[in-house]
Amino acid sequence: MQELVNIFIKSIFIENMVFAYFLGMCSYLAVSKNIKTSVGLGLAVVFVLGVTLPINYLLDKYILSSGALAWLSPSYASLDLSFLSFIIFIAVIASVTQIVEMVVEKYTPGLYSSLGIFLPLIAVNCAILGGSLFMQERAYETLAQATVYGVGSGVGWFLAIVSLAAIREKLSYSNVPAPLRGLGITFIVVGLMGIAFMSFMGIKL
Amino acid sequence: MNKKIFTEPLFSQNPVSVLVLGICSALAVTVKLEPAIVMALSVTIVLGFSEAIISAIRHTIPNRIRIIVQLVIVAFLVILVDQILKAYAYQVSKQLSVFVGLIITNCIIMGRIEAYALGNKPLDSFVDGLGNGLGYGIVLVVVAFFRELFGSGTLLGLQIIPHSWYIKNGGFYENNGLFILPPMALILVGLFIWVQRSIQKELIEE
Repeated sequence: MQELVNIFIKSIFIENMVFAYFLGMCSYLAVSKNIKTSVGLGLAVVFVLGVTLPINYLLDKYILSSGALAWLSPSYASLDLSFLSFIIFIAVIASVTQIVEMVVEKYTPGLYSSLGIFLPLIAVNCAILGGSLFMQERAYETLAQATVYGVGSGVGWFLAIVSLAAIREKLSYSNVPAPLRGLGITFIVVGLMGIAFMSFMGIKL
Repeated sequence: MNKKIFTEPLFSQNPVSVLVLGICSALAVTVKLEPAIVMALSVTIVLGFSEAIISAIRHTIPNRIRIIVQLVIVAFLVILVDQILKAYAYQVSKQLSVFVGLIITNCIIMGRIEAYALGNKPLDSFVDGLGNGLGYGIVLVVVAFFRELFGSGTLLGLQIIPHSWYIKNGGFYENNGLFILPPMALILVGLFIWVQRSIQKELIEE
């Protein structure tokens, strides 16, 4: 249990998807203009990460990793399909995103129209595929650990985008040098937020 | 052939600093110059060929499932690049870790396929892919140049700042640790955008 709490806290603050690995930056910068849309996108990311990571964990454990097919027949024990993991992971992610898109379109059309192109683009949000690849690289041991890692990274991403949106709403009233307006100042603000988040790095769990 | 397709993405329509595509990996692999160059070449190759392939079959892909088709083609090319890197440049591929796999979800690739390859001829799309890949590479190399020079005092692993300058050898100089840390990449890209927009006034946002 303690292990799970550690992974959760670590994936939110210490190894934050945005500030430590720059994952999901494109939609992070593009959708963070106001708080309402960023909350919607953040929740969608939490959900997709929380669903895809356990699925990809099972696929990795029972099909893809070296010797994983041994449960099928002992003669498959020498097979290593891990080179296929990119293509399998992305297929799972793309189909889960499709489902999320249909659900959001049906139940919250307002949110659907304000998220626009970025909902299908969650499929190509690096945070999602990055979550699966980090899960594979760090070799989490149980399904619960993988799920907690997925939800934790999603929550970390959610916090990051909502706080950036809040800062940008305030920033629109300030007097920024013309060539730095918009994209440039946003990059610098995210950099400063990253420095603030680095204060969590000393924490050992 | 229109030369503009190739030259525009290099600076004036740069995918990273103007179109805001492909930022994730642009920032994460720029601590050292060498992985940045390898990453830029990998992206250029994947982007060129995936745009050419998709443009060649653009009339046969059903519109509703095009995202999945595109992802499969891109994933196939990325797997090739990943296996080649593992075989011939193992050290670099270890440093890049998951970021080679993340080329699949690099927004430059999907963005350019959607915006260009689906509506243009294969050869033009190939050139557009190369141009955008190199435009992305320019930002990577500029950021990595400053981060490696000021953060570690080296370039491509060679010592540039003389050993005798360092404080521990009785000199006056110390490497700036901030440049190695992730946030500095963001600030450098921000400054890159500042410089570019001061030159090209028409890009300034209201």
